[in-house]
Amino acid sequence: MIHAAAPVRAKRVLPGFTLSLGTTLLYLTAIILIPVLALILKGAEIGPARFWAIVTAPRALAAFQVTITAAVIATAFNAVYGLLMAWVLVRYEFPGKRILDALMDIPFALPTAVAGLSLTALFSANGWIGQFLEPQGISIVYTIWGVALAMAFTSVPFVVRTVQPVLEDLDPAFEQAARTLGASEGAIFARVVFPQILPAWLAGCTIAFARSLGEFGAIVFIAGNLPMKTEIAALLAFIRLEEFDYQGASAIALVLLMFALILLVVSNRLQAWAMRFKGI
Amino acid sequence: MTIAISSLTKRFDQTAVLRGIDLTINDGELVALLGPSGSGKTTLLKIIAGLDWPDAGGLVVNGQDWLPLPAQKRRIGFVFQHYALFPHMTVRDNIAFGLTVRPKSERPSKTAIAAKVDDLLGLLQIPHLADRFPAQLSGGQRQRVALGRALAIEPAVLLLDEPFGALDAAIRRDLRAWLREVHQATGSTTLFVTHDQEEAFELADRVVVMGEGRIEQIGSADQIHDHPASPFVARFMGAVVELPVTLRAGRAEAAGLDARMLERRAMADGPAQLFLRPDAIALDADPASPWILSHKASNGAMIRATLRRADGTEVPVDLLRHSAPDLSLGTAYRLRPLTGAVFPLDGVAQNDAPRPLPILKEKRQ
Ligand SMILES: Nc1ncnc2c1ncn2[C@@H]1O[C@H](COP(=O)(O)OP(=O)(O)O)[C@@H](O)[C@H]1O
Ligand SMILES: [Mg+2]
Repeated sequence: MIHAAAPVRAKRVLPGFTLSLGTTLLYLTAIILIPVLALILKGAEIGPARFWAIVTAPRALAAFQVTITAAVIATAFNAVYGLLMAWVLVRYEFPGKRILDALMDIPFALPTAVAGLSLTALFSANGWIGQFLEPQGISIVYTIWGVALAMAFTSVPFVVRTVQPVLEDLDPAFEQAARTLGASEGAIFARVVFPQILPAWLAGCTIAFARSLGEFGAIVFIAGNLPMKTEIAALLAFIRLEEFDYQGASAIALVLLMFALILLVVSNRLQAWAMRFKGI
Repeated sequence: MTIAISSLTKRFDQTAVLRGIDLTINDGELVALLGPSGSGKTTLLKIIAGLDWPDAGGLVVNGQDWLPLPAQKRRIGFVFQHYALFPHMTVRDNIAFGLTVRPKSERPSKTAIAAKVDDLLGLLQIPHLADRFPAQLSGGQRQRVALGRALAIEPAVLLLDEPFGALDAAIRRDLRAWLREVHQATGSTTLFVTHDQEEAFELADRVVVMGEGRIEQIGSADQIHDHPASPFVARFMGAVVELPVTLRAGRAEAAGLDARMLERRAMADGPAQLFLRPDAIALDADPASPWILSHKASNGAMIRATLRRADGTEVPVDLLRHSAPDLSLGTAYRLRPLTGAVFPLDGVAQNDAPRPLPILKEKRQ
């Protein structure tokens, strides 16, 4: 009578579904939810008036402004450069393509401090690149451009690696169809190719922007960290922590967190809009 | 538009995909390109469209050399095998694409484009789908939109790559009849690719059979059926029964074979290979025949009988159930072919390498 006792039910794909789901949820809670919650509670402890005073203090405002401005510059650059790089890696065959492809991951693999140090060495007044820029009156190191440079360096793979697979999967028949219909190469890119990689590209740019807001290690070396000039928000939070000003630190961190959340929501909306044609 | 293709060759790396194609398609003609998967049909279509280029050979359309002409300038309507509809555009925008991408000086006005699209939507019988995205359409509907998009530019030449390949049988039949109407209405020179012989014969004025990058035969349905030009064509037309025979005075002879209904061949006496279709064989009881009925099964309309010889050779025979004689298992029958093709043995061996599977419908991913 064994078969009578066995309940008739579709088998789960994952063996031990309850166990695996439990583990992932537990992990998610411990590593993401609890810290975020703690941060919010810590912020709530402060009280609205004090919170407002901390985050609108001139030094904090300046730090936010530097962080966001530099992240916007870095993301704008990566949006264009990352797209171009993905295009080149997918559409062209050339010697050294594999090496270039592998190089794209270096910002992920490299300790950010090492990246910061080498960028500083390259772009300082007597560095390899800096020595040519300095006479033109362009200084990178210890300016907001340095901050943007470090951000751009550490976040470019996000754009390349999100756009690349989508571009690779794009059926060449779309472009061929457009060609037989008389579309110029420019029109093919603008009207056939780009709209289809737009969702991935937006996603890549958002993550790159979010990452730039939070970048720390690479920036502190190249920025000079002058309060009110090149001091970024993450560093200010760190300084407050070193001064045992937990409230100040968590208030600033909370603002960064809010930025990140708003960004995620906006980006999800944008992507949903860009993918509206995929729905059934 | 008269398309003249001469000695076209094309290789991808080591593989010769087209090995000298000569073909002329007359103005307004509807021609089918029939052949098994991998025979180079798509490649030929792409070369005509300007999406690929041959290594050698000529492509002349209405007296003009088309090879230096970019695809954009050829005014070809190309319907892709998997439609390639732009997924981010509505049906209306897909159909209008070829008009809206024209340079300003040649572009019709917005209202003219809208009117043209409305006309086409009517012709395609899909006005109610105008504002849907391709993801929201069925296969047959996508096929219509793909055709509409190609027709919008009023192409001089229409190329269709397995236009009905991915659709189920009933829809295929509908669309076939409808494509014929469209062809009559537009009068554009049309070349369509298929691996389905029924489709090719039903639709086309002329059928071009391709195999391994060569044209094996050009002709009407009857010509190709009754007089296949090569063992390849015979097999592709479904002549899966191959029997070694001896030719004597142009007639095939073998034990248990009654080939009197076949025409005499102008071929030398000696060993040859006889190609038969299972549905073109009749059976007569004959105790002297080595062919024993070993199996029979009915699908309602047809009976499939299997005859077996002592050496293990099997011959399938398809008979109409209502007109078939009563067959009993274990009885000996003589094979009486109604049509068939005979080729000398050396010709068979030469073409023997890849065997197409004519009965099984090609699987697609
Ligand atoms: N871009 C390509 N690169 C290499 N080989 C190709 C390419 N396109 C087609 N082929 C090869 O050419 C042969 C003919 O292909 P195709 O023209 O698509 O045949 P069909 O349309 O008759 O199925 C196949 O063997 C295929 O693998
Ligand atoms: Mg093909």
